[in-house]
Amino acid sequence: MSGSEQESTHRTIERVARESYGRLVAYLAAHTRDVGTAEDALSNALVAALETWPRDGVPQNPEAWLLTAARRSFIDLVRRRQVAEASEPTLALLREESKDLTLSPKFPDERLKLLFVCAHPAIDPAMHTPLMLQTVLGLDAVRIAHAFLISPTTMGQRLVRAKTKIRDGGIRFEIPEERELPQRLGAVLEAIYAAFGIGWDDMAGVDQRGRDLAEEAIWLARVLLQLMPAEAEVHGLLALMLHCEARRAARRGPDGRYVPLSEQDCQKWSLHLIEEAERHLAEASSHGRTGRFQLEAAIQSVHAERVRSGRIEWNAVMMFYEQLIGISPTLGTRTGYAAAVAEAKGAEAGLAALDGIGADEICAYQPYWAVRAHLLQRLEKTPEAADAFDRAIGLTEDPAVKQFLLQRRG
Amino acid sequence: MQFALLIFESPEAFAARDADENDPYLGAWRAYYKALIEADVYVGGSPLQPPATGTTVRLKDGKRRVQDGPFADTKEQLGGFTILELPSLDSALEWAARCPAASVGAVEVRPVSPEYLRRVTG
Repeated sequence: MSGSEQESTHRTIERVARESYGRLVAYLAAHTRDVGTAEDALSNALVAALETWPRDGVPQNPEAWLLTAARRSFIDLVRRRQVAEASEPTLALLREESKDLTLSPKFPDERLKLLFVCAHPAIDPAMHTPLMLQTVLGLDAVRIAHAFLISPTTMGQRLVRAKTKIRDGGIRFEIPEERELPQRLGAVLEAIYAAFGIGWDDMAGVDQRGRDLAEEAIWLARVLLQLMPAEAEVHGLLALMLHCEARRAARRGPDGRYVPLSEQDCQKWSLHLIEEAERHLAEASSHGRTGRFQLEAAIQSVHAERVRSGRIEWNAVMMFYEQLIGISPTLGTRTGYAAAVAEAKGAEAGLAALDGIGADEICAYQPYWAVRAHLLQRLEKTPEAADAFDRAIGLTEDPAVKQFLLQRRG
Repeated sequence: MQFALLIFESPEAFAARDADENDPYLGAWRAYYKALIEADVYVGGSPLQPPATGTTVRLKDGKRRVQDGPFADTKEQLGGFTILELPSLDSALEWAARCPAASVGAVEVRPVSPEYLRRVTG
């Protein structure tokens, strides 16, 4: 095989791995509840593919090939550990399943169950997102650790612990019942949004906490949408993330400088992504059930309207925030509301809204101080503004945002 | 529990200490200290004079060995330390990421060891 053919085989393996990873892990895990072993088995299968495919060519159904290899490896792995664990039922299950599957190239998509397992209430909420990123997308613990500011060893240990809990804790691989569904789906959506990690670019100079996983989050939302196309909030979440993603190129100046949303050159926004976001938002509202993510997407949609109208309808932003506070009165929502009030009714009114937030909550919350500094400056309360700017700068992680706030502070 | 943030800085960062009041690095540090104190997590600590001012002492075979300069010969050098009272390593890492030195050098987070302190102080 020539070098270029080999390269294309490698690319095929990469593509199949990316597209099939979650489906294969979900399938193996749904029948055994053993996510960790499913992942190990699949990585063995991928190693085998890297060895054999360049030599023998890519099989006609790569996914089925990987599943067969992974299932074989799964049985091996469990057998090797059998001394310590009563795993015969697992093996029997797997063998039984494999009878029907050897002939069929198609196998059921169990990723939805896997997503619900990852965001199960019995699992530490802080681990919902890392679990999804690892089991559905195949991201390694080191990359996840970087994004979540946790040491790689600790992240690895926490992931293993969570998977042990899934295996031994009686967490079932199933779609929640109707009455449980809204809450359980909410946890899945939250976890996907946590990977995205933006949502603050509507205020001047707030720390964006880029998680560096935006594309992965959008991918997860697309997977979820494929599996639950009739859920308004899934459309809402995807719309929200696409709106933020559309502004990626405009968020930094040519010199790497931070550019706040209201000063962004909207010619740099991706109209294609904005249109897609708007389509999902329209689809969501056709279901007649508002929710947190739809409202957040609606706020972003008002900002996106600036491309056409050249202005921002702040009253609309404020109204959407009011509704949002009714559903989810988080610190972020209340800060966002205050920023919108300031634009719609003046800085005094915005400041009054900020003053309504409890002192304990805000002491290490960067966006609050960034907005407060901005409003005080507008009211020409210079010493108080400088003080608030300092608080915001001291709580900022992103060097570009730090620089931006230092300049504003003067 | 208490964590030490060990601040490692590049030569450029050490040089910035002589800059005027408007230097962004100094501004970021002023803001950082203010945020630490207002958040009520600051216990103590201090910046250190640049590494060239260090003197390292060893006893080899009972003989004194004195060396000019810092203990480790690395590009980034210890520039100071801060001790913070925080609920967990996770929050210590968050404060480390906000530290101005994190983007131009490195910040090592270490829990302090009160157990060992008790053993050696009796």
